Amino acid sequence: MAMTDDVERPTLAAAPGSPRQRRRLRLERLPLHVAVIGLALLWSIPTIALVVSSFRTPEEIAGSGWWNAIKTPFDWTFANYDAVLSQRGLARAFLNSIIITVPASAITILVAAFAAYAFAWMRFPGRNLLLLVLVGLLVVPVQMTLIPVLRLYVALSVDVEIPLLGGKLFGTSSYPGIWLAHGAFGLPFAVYLLRNFFGGLPRDLIEAALLDGASDMQVFFRIVLPLSVPALAALAIFDFLWTWNDLLVALVFLGDPNLAPMTLRIANLVSSFGASYQVLTAAAFVSMAVPLVVFFALQRYFVQGILAGSVKG
Amino acid sequence: MVGRRWWVPWLWLAPALILVGVFLLYPSIDTFRRSLLDERSQDFVGLDNYRFIIENPQPLVSNTHVALWNNFLWLFVFTALTVPFGLVLAVLTGRVRYEALAKSAIFIPMAISFVAAAVIWRFMYEFNADIGTANAVTTQLGGEPTAWLQDKHSPLSFITDSGPDTLPGPLQLNNFALIIVGTWMWTGFAMVVLSAGLKGISREILEAARVDGGNEWQIFWRIIIPILSPTIVVVATTLVIQALKKFDLVWVMTGGRFDTDVVATLFFKEAFVIRDFGVGAALAVVLLMWVVPVMVISIRRFEFQEEIR
Repeated sequence: MAMTDDVERPTLAAAPGSPRQRRRLRLERLPLHVAVIGLALLWSIPTIALVVSSFRTPEEIAGSGWWNAIKTPFDWTFANYDAVLSQRGLARAFLNSIIITVPASAITILVAAFAAYAFAWMRFPGRNLLLLVLVGLLVVPVQMTLIPVLRLYVALSVDVEIPLLGGKLFGTSSYPGIWLAHGAFGLPFAVYLLRNFFGGLPRDLIEAALLDGASDMQVFFRIVLPLSVPALAALAIFDFLWTWNDLLVALVFLGDPNLAPMTLRIANLVSSFGASYQVLTAAAFVSMAVPLVVFFALQRYFVQGILAGSVKG
Repeated sequence: MVGRRWWVPWLWLAPALILVGVFLLYPSIDTFRRSLLDERSQDFVGLDNYRFIIENPQPLVSNTHVALWNNFLWLFVFTALTVPFGLVLAVLTGRVRYEALAKSAIFIPMAISFVAAAVIWRFMYEFNADIGTANAVTTQLGGEPTAWLQDKHSPLSFITDSGPDTLPGPLQLNNFALIIVGTWMWTGFAMVVLSAGLKGISREILEAARVDGGNEWQIFWRIIIPILSPTIVVVATTLVIQALKKFDLVWVMTGGRFDTDVVATLFFKEAFVIRDFGVGAALAVVLLMWVVPVMVISIRRFEFQEEIR
């Protein structure tokens, strides 16, 4: 691995040759650094604007550009964060977001992985047509599904309170109801992504294991899943993110305010403050915290060079 | 393939099929049924709702032609911007020591909820050059402040001064301004998925190519792109579909005003504001039909993958 590292990153300590050669290498890499740093900065401008604005008063936001605040950083105010964090029930909303998002993402990933394994490594009639329909449903706008599903939920409602967790056992204003809804909405993309990655795994490896008497379960859990860790990590991040940032599904399916996630609470906060951008900018950062932690925790799975070699099988 | 009992695959598929059947397929079929009924989903009206979309009888209230053309523009421009940006960033960031930091900067827009993103971009596009970043830059460069989200002129006239409206239909400045926001948000998605694919490329192959004297440009085009192509197809297909059902961004930033409506926003207006569920449902069905060719192409690719492995 050390050798390949030298090839991949000539400027690391082990770079070969004299100082002059090394300097030449560094100069050659200048356009690379300019491109990466340039694009990263360009992409960061709106985010920086958002952060800076979250520390400004409404008058300042309406009166001058966010870049003016950088000149006088001592004028920054924490009032926006105060307004967000002192909200009653914010802690509960935060907890609700986690209670909703984690099982929903787990459902999507597990169910999609099972289906993707069947699509990639089993033969059965109508396989391609079924995949076409399933992945084609990716285009269904969530708004389109709300009324039919809502009608179904009202009909199938089970009005028994879940101990500890709260909410009904099923139907509207129930955690299992929103888990299944989010779990299903994430499926087409998840099946598509995983089918593609599973299908790219070496055929010899999987057929040899099956011929040696391994069951499908063993192949799935011991070969396919471990080899697909980067894809599973990428999927986990996005599914988590989409569910975490969802407002529409929560708005329609969670009538009980005690079950409301952060997005709902923040939306209410914004409407009760009128068009208060400054509160929204602070709220945006509070609600971003968890997705960013998840991203940083899983990021190592697609940062080059850390796992290389171990995922190829 | 190894022999299995016939029902084994169905056992593996069952959870996915049940969930998708209840939450996506059933509502789709229900929508199709309603697209043939009147605005209150009571009387059968045949293809009248589809005729409404084609003939566009109320261009001031809900301009179906504008929405269809705008979606077309989104489809091409959004995908053509986001995929190459994501690919270039996935490849380039892998070569610097501050990879994690650079990737985070590109990824963060994905983590911001679209409501917050829309708010901050309204400030970026603010007309007043003292507040709006885009216009501050424009005036610094000697240009005139522009109403980015309202301006229906073609971006070409903005650059060349060859007069407004020199380009047809959807090629409006405000559409491009919205697409840029979409690209800003979704490039992180393309980059992350492509990075996960890049990790699958064996280092030995890249190393061998370098030892054989291949330069980075050749390695990119002749090794990385071919090996990565299945993942590129997945990313491009997902982004095409995202472009087709684009709703949040347009709804929050312009509400579809100034001829920026797309099919999903018009569907929402028809179904929930104007309350003509028939036309709304027909628009949704049109959206579903657009995706068929895209899906057929990507399924073909799966068959190809099967043949070569």
